[in-house]
Amino acid sequence: MRTIGLLVRRELRSYFDTAWGWTILAMVLILDGLMFNAFALGTRERYSAEVLSDFFYLSSGTTMIAGVLLTMRLIAEERQTGTFTLLQTAPIRPVEIVLGKFLGAFTFLSIVTLLTAYMPALIFVHGKVSIGQILVGYTGLLSLGAATIAVGTFSSALAKNQLLAAVIGAGLLVLLLLGWLVGQVTEPPLSGVFSYSAIFDRHFQPFMKGRLNTEGLVYYASLCFGFLLMATRVLQLRRLR
Amino acid sequence: MIEVQSLSRYYGSRCAVDRVSFSIAANEVVGFLGLNGAGKTSTLKVLGGLLLPSGGEVTVDGVDMSSNPTDVRAHIGFLPEDPPLYTEMTVREFLHFVAGLRGMSTAEIDARIGEVLAKTNLEDVSDRVIAELSHGYRKRVGIAQAIIHGPKLVILDEPISGLDPVQIVEMRAVIRSLRTESTVLVSSHILSEISQTCDRILVLNQGRLVAQGTETELAGRFHIGGSIDMKLRGDRDQIHSLLSAAPKVKKVIDLRTEDEAVDVRVSMESDAREVLVKLLVDADIGVRGVTDAHDELEGIFLDLTRLEGES
Repeated sequence: MRTIGLLVRRELRSYFDTAWGWTILAMVLILDGLMFNAFALGTRERYSAEVLSDFFYLSSGTTMIAGVLLTMRLIAEERQTGTFTLLQTAPIRPVEIVLGKFLGAFTFLSIVTLLTAYMPALIFVHGKVSIGQILVGYTGLLSLGAATIAVGTFSSALAKNQLLAAVIGAGLLVLLLLGWLVGQVTEPPLSGVFSYSAIFDRHFQPFMKGRLNTEGLVYYASLCFGFLLMATRVLQLRRLR
Repeated sequence: MIEVQSLSRYYGSRCAVDRVSFSIAANEVVGFLGLNGAGKTSTLKVLGGLLLPSGGEVTVDGVDMSSNPTDVRAHIGFLPEDPPLYTEMTVREFLHFVAGLRGMSTAEIDARIGEVLAKTNLEDVSDRVIAELSHGYRKRVGIAQAIIHGPKLVILDEPISGLDPVQIVEMRAVIRSLRTESTVLVSSHILSEISQTCDRILVLNQGRLVAQGTETELAGRFHIGGSIDMKLRGDRDQIHSLLSAAPKVKKVIDLRTEDEAVDVRVSMESDAREVLVKLLVDADIGVRGVTDAHDELEGIFLDLTRLEGES
């Protein structure tokens, strides 16, 4: 656990000490703010709950993009610069490396995500929404973010360089996003499988509307577990290559 | 300390290390010598835990590397050719981080860090960001991270590559000082470097261990009695006739003659330096210095690789 803590602190520091982390933080806040003003608030009168739901809908996109950008460098960059040797020659297991990297990126993404809370707070003050809807929405957003980070960690473990890691990560997320579409054009039982595998449609929408979706939480936890397990396996296999 | 038995390493179908076996005693400084592509780095990567062997056995202090890789890595310090450094950290922060990774407690780190900074001559730059340091300092930070946890085995891959002459001399001293607490394995393709820093030499060629021993043992095996460089003062012709007629001398070559200063290289069937010095002194020739000829190892190495290529 101590080693994982060390790696988390090191990852967090690498985001806050470099322009890359601050750029992603600024990008998320600016995009979320602009889209909140332009699309969620809009120009016509709307129910506060609808505005809040739209906020979470729009934020899910920036969260996924930020997840890919944050994770592309996690392992691929260290391999490129040679610093990954430090981790490989230390008496730590691949699973600890993967968990440390994952938790570091997820903690940073959580900080970025929670900094957007001033927008739901504005709706809460000037409109009529429950704290519960806000908390459930953020639970969904952080779960989606965690799954994105897990996919990105796996891509970064797999790729030789950061650019390739971003491409693989984005490609996998697009596949997971399009699951609902494939589900609509296939017959059961395949349609059910594709529909369930979709990262956004079936699993995230209930969170947007304030419904705590246990199935969604299990799905996102499963994605995290699966992709982190694969990332660990990739690191183990690299010693054989 | 280290036992390597029939170690092999393949990359796909290409064999980089071919059934290499050797053992190294505690606190020995051993050099891995070979041309580029001889299999030195692959062997060191397996010993450092970066790669798994395709075959064979490696034990460090009695612990088998394949079955207990994490335990074995706790006792090894590894410096690759390009030091793995987080350049945004200061030297002290970096060593703190690496020591933590290697399982040391904060109290242990605090007690150890000053000692390591002193050993690697990094005290003056300990609070500077690594990105600002020269290549020589970065190499030393690389060594510091490899020894911070007091490993039983320190592996240094081409530690002097890219260093200037002053830095090379400093690095040699640092490497030699490591033997007090660790066994040291150094790889290099620079022959004189291995000769000057190591107790024993392992010669690799095309993935195979073609010879091992001290420089003298290797020289004996290849029937090379030894060559010495002599700095003398006196008449050149008299020096030549004296040395050429001396027992065990095979050949005398002029290196430099300037006024009465005469530098010669003497090839011998076996070590006869005391006899030669006495002979010269009795003839009133000034003996200013006698050193081993630096191309001795080179000759051995070329013989070894040529024989291996022919077989």
